[in-house]
Amino acid sequence: MKHKLHLDRTYLLAQLKKMLRIRHFEEKCAELYAQEKIRGFLHLYIGEEAIAVGVMSTLCAKDNIVATYREHGHALARGLSMKSILAEMYGRTNGCSRGRGGSMHLFDKSQHFYGGNAIVGGGLPLAVGLAMANKKQEQQALTVCFFGEGAVAEGEFHEAMNLAVLWQLPVLFICENNRYAMGTALALSESETNIAKKASSYGMTAVQVDGMNVVDIEAASSKAVDQIRETNKPYFLECQSYRFRGHSSFDGQLYRDKAEVKLWQEQGPVIRLITWLKDNNRLEDKEISSIEAEIKDEIQAAITFAEQGEWEPISDLTKDVYSPAVSSTNTSQGEQS
Amino acid sequence: MSEQVLTYREALRAGIEQALIDDDRVFLMGEDVGCYGGCYGVSKGLLERYGEHKIIDTPLCESGFVGVGVGAALGGMRPIIEVMTVNFSLLAMDQIVNSAATLRHMSGGQVNVPLVIRMACGAGLQLAAQHSHSWENFYAHIPGLKVLSPATHTDAKHMLIQALADPDPVVIFEHVMLLNTRGDVLENSEVSMEKALVRQQGTDVSLITYGGSLHKALSAAKQLKKLNISAEVLDLRCLRPLDTKAIVASVTKTHRAIIIDEAWLTGSLAGEISAIIMEQAFWHLDAPVKRLCTVEVPIPYPSHLEQAALPQVEQIVTAAQNIMVAR
Repeated sequence: MKHKLHLDRTYLLAQLKKMLRIRHFEEKCAELYAQEKIRGFLHLYIGEEAIAVGVMSTLCAKDNIVATYREHGHALARGLSMKSILAEMYGRTNGCSRGRGGSMHLFDKSQHFYGGNAIVGGGLPLAVGLAMANKKQEQQALTVCFFGEGAVAEGEFHEAMNLAVLWQLPVLFICENNRYAMGTALALSESETNIAKKASSYGMTAVQVDGMNVVDIEAASSKAVDQIRETNKPYFLECQSYRFRGHSSFDGQLYRDKAEVKLWQEQGPVIRLITWLKDNNRLEDKEISSIEAEIKDEIQAAITFAEQGEWEPISDLTKDVYSPAVSSTNTSQGEQS
Repeated sequence: MSEQVLTYREALRAGIEQALIDDDRVFLMGEDVGCYGGCYGVSKGLLERYGEHKIIDTPLCESGFVGVGVGAALGGMRPIIEVMTVNFSLLAMDQIVNSAATLRHMSGGQVNVPLVIRMACGAGLQLAAQHSHSWENFYAHIPGLKVLSPATHTDAKHMLIQALADPDPVVIFEHVMLLNTRGDVLENSEVSMEKALVRQQGTDVSLITYGGSLHKALSAAKQLKKLNISAEVLDLRCLRPLDTKAIVASVTKTHRAIIIDEAWLTGSLAGEISAIIMEQAFWHLDAPVKRLCTVEVPIPYPSHLEQAALPQVEQIVTAAQNIMVAR
């Protein structure tokens, strides 16, 4: 079944809402972090919203997703509830990983959302393996793997590219090139800064796309997904983007100019779609206000949910290190429904 | 119970074959497991019999194909991953430790990783410093993993089958010096892979060991018998979780313990077992616990030096004699 692109006003407003939902959620997370409600590391997706929203719009329910530690946006766009995501960041049992993982390890098996991987590049072989399982079981699903351009320098990136192409596995690789691996600029970490070119040397279709344009991303992803479903072969998208905030909550951003950040912010994914819609007389300020009010309510409800969540009792500390002993034959949770 | 005589290599192969036949989700993947027949010949003939869908040769990318195994297990398969030897497993340690071992707990119990990773281990073939390692302790340190060390031919076959039935990641160590040895393989084995087994009953001293050192301990026990010392030989079999009860029961009976472990002394499993005995059987001891481990040196190539580095039967005999007179 081919994915159809919709570009009517209603659809674009819905896409705008999805991006704004991530944007405002992330802004609230930063506040909650400052209030010490959220602890540990916090990696915000602000500036990169178009990628998750565009790509997720082209997927089916049975497709697998492997994401990074900057995955709040992926989780929201995939359909994990904002409540369960925020409760996870609060470390409560009503979180999507029972509070065990926190910000970097969001999981939801029912949505085929396999984390939340916090080792750069570590999710790549995992995604290839999920695709292998799908292929072996003749399931018509593909696996999408999100990673940053920093992962491209890792050996696991190259191992995963090679295996996916060698074995012709249905993986969509989404490189979120936000131009900095923590504080190391692309030019300081890559011999070839055109990542798509690098990936194409493995023998798969690899293209660059404007990561700030949600319509472009969806179009590119849609084409990729169609090709993968048709051929069962991997496909590579390099989304050129920029993160507006620091790498994590502990980043002084000494490695880049404020002017550079400002330049990218001016062409950010949210402002760009709003401007285009307004220029074409398709958006009124009151519509934005109404969307933002809805989002505000959802965020408030998520906060209430998270704050009401239970702490896991310490007596359950070691629960789920291993599967229950009795379950060796009947709860093969690796299986997909 | 019916049995057959096989080499350790053939016993491992028999286990893999039974798994392939019994469960359609099982496949074997690793470097040179197919066309070459396995670096140590374990999977010889399997590609021809089961096809490339089930016997998958991988490029040289330990982290890549172990990670693929983790993903395939998440996706409903039952992969057996052969990491040729423990020496190369360091290149896959990220996937074993950071992915396979963590995913269940970190996801709040939503997913699990039914993966078996096999690797050859140990010294004795004059393969020098980079190909002779004993790192069972590294993996036995990691919550979320189970670690097996089959030392007998029956265990070589049946522990693999039990490991595949387990819903969590299991690492299996196959000592290279056992591969060519012949022994009885029981057709069925009811003993849980997580239980230690007394291989030789005794009353004077417990020789606690695993893997490639089991046969040295059994030889030593034979010699000790002639010296009127009754040595009990405990084969740990499973290094995580350790069968603490069996260790304590044996020491409680014999009141003396010698641990034989082919790893380097510092930070070894021998140290861990010794601590367990201190904590749980201290008042039963008639002598200090003794550890016999590998000399702390990269394993050298010449045979006489290699053998001098490893725990030997004579050292076990001497240690047992000394422990009997210690007060």
